[in-house]
Amino acid sequence: MTSFDAIVIGAGHNGLAAATRLARGGRRVLVLEAANEPGGATRGREFAPGFRSAGLAHLVNRLDADVARDIGLDLAGADTLLPTTVLDGSGKAAVLHGAYGERIDGVSPGEADAFAALRRKLVFQAGILKRFLRRPPPQIGALSLGDLSTFAATGFGLIRKGRGEGRDFLRMLLMNVADVADEYLSDDRLKGLLAFDATLGIHLGPRSPTSLLGLYYRLTGEVAGKAGGQFVPAGGMARVAPAFLRAAEKAGVTLRCGTSVGRILADRGRASGVVLGDGTEIVAPVIVSAIHPQTTFLRLVDPAESGTGFVRSVKNVRSHGNVAKLDLALDRIPNFTGLPAEARGGRIVLVRSMEQVEEAFNPAKYGEFSSDPVMEVTLPSLADPSLAPSGGCTVSALVQYAPYRLKAGWESGKPAFLRIVLDTLERHAPGLGKSVVAASLMTPVDIETEYNLPGGHWHHGELQADQLLVNRPTGAASGYRTPIEGLYLASAGAHPGGGISGLPGWNAARHILSGASA
Amino acid sequence: MNAMTKSAAELRRAARNHILAPRLESPFHDRLMALSEVNDWYNWAGYKAPHALFDGELEYFAIRSTAALFDISPMVKYRIAGPDAERYLNRLTLRDVRKLGVNRVHYTAWCDDHGHVLDDGTLFRLGKNEFRLCCQERHLPWLLDSAFGFAVDIHEETEEIAGLALQGPTSYAVLRDAGFAGVEQLKPFHIGAFPHEDGDVTISRTGFTGDLGYELFVPRARALSLWDRVWRAGAPHTIRAIGYGALNQARIEAGFIVANTDFVTAEGALRADRVRMPDEIGLDWLVDPDKPNFNGRRAILDARRNQSLKHILVGLEIEGNIPAEHAIVYHRQKHEAGLVTAAIWSPTAKRNIAIASLERPYGSKFTEDLWVEIYAMRELKYQKLMKRAKIVPRPFVRLARRTASPPGLT
Repeated sequence: MTSFDAIVIGAGHNGLAAATRLARGGRRVLVLEAANEPGGATRGREFAPGFRSAGLAHLVNRLDADVARDIGLDLAGADTLLPTTVLDGSGKAAVLHGAYGERIDGVSPGEADAFAALRRKLVFQAGILKRFLRRPPPQIGALSLGDLSTFAATGFGLIRKGRGEGRDFLRMLLMNVADVADEYLSDDRLKGLLAFDATLGIHLGPRSPTSLLGLYYRLTGEVAGKAGGQFVPAGGMARVAPAFLRAAEKAGVTLRCGTSVGRILADRGRASGVVLGDGTEIVAPVIVSAIHPQTTFLRLVDPAESGTGFVRSVKNVRSHGNVAKLDLALDRIPNFTGLPAEARGGRIVLVRSMEQVEEAFNPAKYGEFSSDPVMEVTLPSLADPSLAPSGGCTVSALVQYAPYRLKAGWESGKPAFLRIVLDTLERHAPGLGKSVVAASLMTPVDIETEYNLPGGHWHHGELQADQLLVNRPTGAASGYRTPIEGLYLASAGAHPGGGISGLPGWNAARHILSGASA
Repeated sequence: MNAMTKSAAELRRAARNHILAPRLESPFHDRLMALSEVNDWYNWAGYKAPHALFDGELEYFAIRSTAALFDISPMVKYRIAGPDAERYLNRLTLRDVRKLGVNRVHYTAWCDDHGHVLDDGTLFRLGKNEFRLCCQERHLPWLLDSAFGFAVDIHEETEEIAGLALQGPTSYAVLRDAGFAGVEQLKPFHIGAFPHEDGDVTISRTGFTGDLGYELFVPRARALSLWDRVWRAGAPHTIRAIGYGALNQARIEAGFIVANTDFVTAEGALRADRVRMPDEIGLDWLVDPDKPNFNGRRAILDARRNQSLKHILVGLEIEGNIPAEHAIVYHRQKHEAGLVTAAIWSPTAKRNIAIASLERPYGSKFTEDLWVEIYAMRELKYQKLMKRAKIVPRPFVRLARRTASPPGLT
């Protein structure tokens, strides 16, 4: 039997990125995937006869260029940035072109200038935070030379534009997005968009303290070197998983699908291998867990191998999703009122105002879904006609807020929420309802089941101030290494977080290869 | 005033009633109250407990010369049971619980993830899957959180279970005469169940005095009848009820430490540098690196390997006869080296003894030329005494009768 230097658990894009980097670093790597095919949350599925969904993600907005280059990712299309269109139901669209609205149509010149000023400010500030993305978070009590140089560069970056900018950064860092948007903007659609983007996938409303961090996080993502850009790969999102797989295979990674891990073997603080669901033992000195940290430490590792305090902190990671994923099969391409034809391939955000986002959040606090939800919509079959039969069309929507723990239970809640979502879509695209062939709404509970994602949270844990950087997923496991020697974390639950970036996996692999002990 | 506000006010008053009796009373309170001549009480974990009952010195000599009865009911007690109880406790505590046989007790300690001691205590194995953990501080949240992933049931039984320590050279004779047949079979750290009324009393050959002695546990309802049974049988053996002052002298002689007296527990410490690892309070011998993983293991072994342990606990013998309680320890009379946490003139050892916490390398590398500065209050004036101190092994008093088997009668 072949022996391996490292076992990666989970063939999501982070697992594959980690495996590829390790293999390229000379390690013999085995990837174990519970599902029958790789891709994790980018794994496609047929949701209705003849109609396919490309997975949970319907856009790429933070795939790291260094990662893509380093692991040899072959994914075209990043040179075409897609627009974002905000539809508020009035028929008057605001369209953001380029990377996060380098140019805007549909707003007054004064508002366009104000947005440009705010955009400049946020992109500058996000640029400061970006320095921390490509390296393990600094380890408190064991700062490295690299950490110090990052701090120094951050400090320099801050004052480079004068003390005023530095002060403004510290002022804004933990603000809520609503107050920031109010400072700069007056157009409700733009404010609604910022509110939506800052809170998508996070259990915060725009007026919740620190909600601006979500927007910073989005803007730390780059496409073609441009902050806030977004694209769909040539051929559609269904090309993402195969591209990661090809890169891994080319690097010599061994992948076994349909192979679930039952346990991670550890003894007295040292990991030594895994036990598969069928009882087979595979040993390796390095185990990389590219699945949810809570699954890792609460289910796969014997709790006796972790400290009580550590288990407590892992249990306390907040990881309840708030977003439902809708896949619609239509017999024709829908017509969104006010949507320019050239923006159809981009992202469509259905939001009237910041207040709408805030009010949509309110019920989520009490375990209820929004009766007037906000959502972002794409039409995936436009880029990938194979997703729908000829003449048909698929719609993908991320709808919030849909709390994981619905008080009334999702069994009865789901049909009611689907009705609300379809009604909302119908208002924006009259006639859409009649063209629906099939609808598949995945609540966070469904997402949890389908993708083995505890809480149905695609970030593997809330992306909030207390669960970022040195606290992601929790202090004692924040630098990819964990309290168990030889066991590393490499999923979205690790620094920097979720989204198709490849960074958690790639960073983890580089950390392992560096041989750093802390 | 309507009915609703009235009932709310009543509820509020009822909720305040606890301040009228701020101290809990032990199951033996009636007996202690009747015996208390000096009315000298202190607060033991929320209980009203005697510091002395009639005369601290005579109470001490009851421990060493006859038999002393000490109420240990306020000691915090947890019942831990279930198929995973052994595995659970092995992860929780420092010693290897697999080596603890049924009907055996061992002294142990437990740490947080950083290897800082949360408490020390005694672990009683009452059955294959049933344990009692006795300690100074309360730990229910920690114990419950530690139970994640283990099939184990944890139950605090401090109030339900009454405890008595019977210590001293005639303690076996007292139990024998009280009719606990077979108690002579108990070797040190053994447990037995003996009939009492319509139930059992659990008797272990354990104690906190370094003397021959036993600890008796019964459900609260049978507490007073147990006391009376022991008390009646004890009269010819000069049994005395004692308070903590006397016990404290005996435990210092025996070299035992007390949580939050000789070290600050990790959950109680407010200051970052006050926490202690087992090796820093003389409990290194409890740490078993070969057993399965336990809380704090990595931190403790790292500290040993990196030699980053900062403190050390030592026994001191100090010249003269003035107890050096809370005196500062000096090296060469000028460099501060640590603090005395407990000190007495030992009536049995006839030596001036102390337990001290020193900052390494004092106590580890520099073990000579140590001094303590005693502030002796003499009629509103401190007389400062610089006394030579010598590191000596604990216990300060070693009594053959503690471990003699079968136990002696006098």
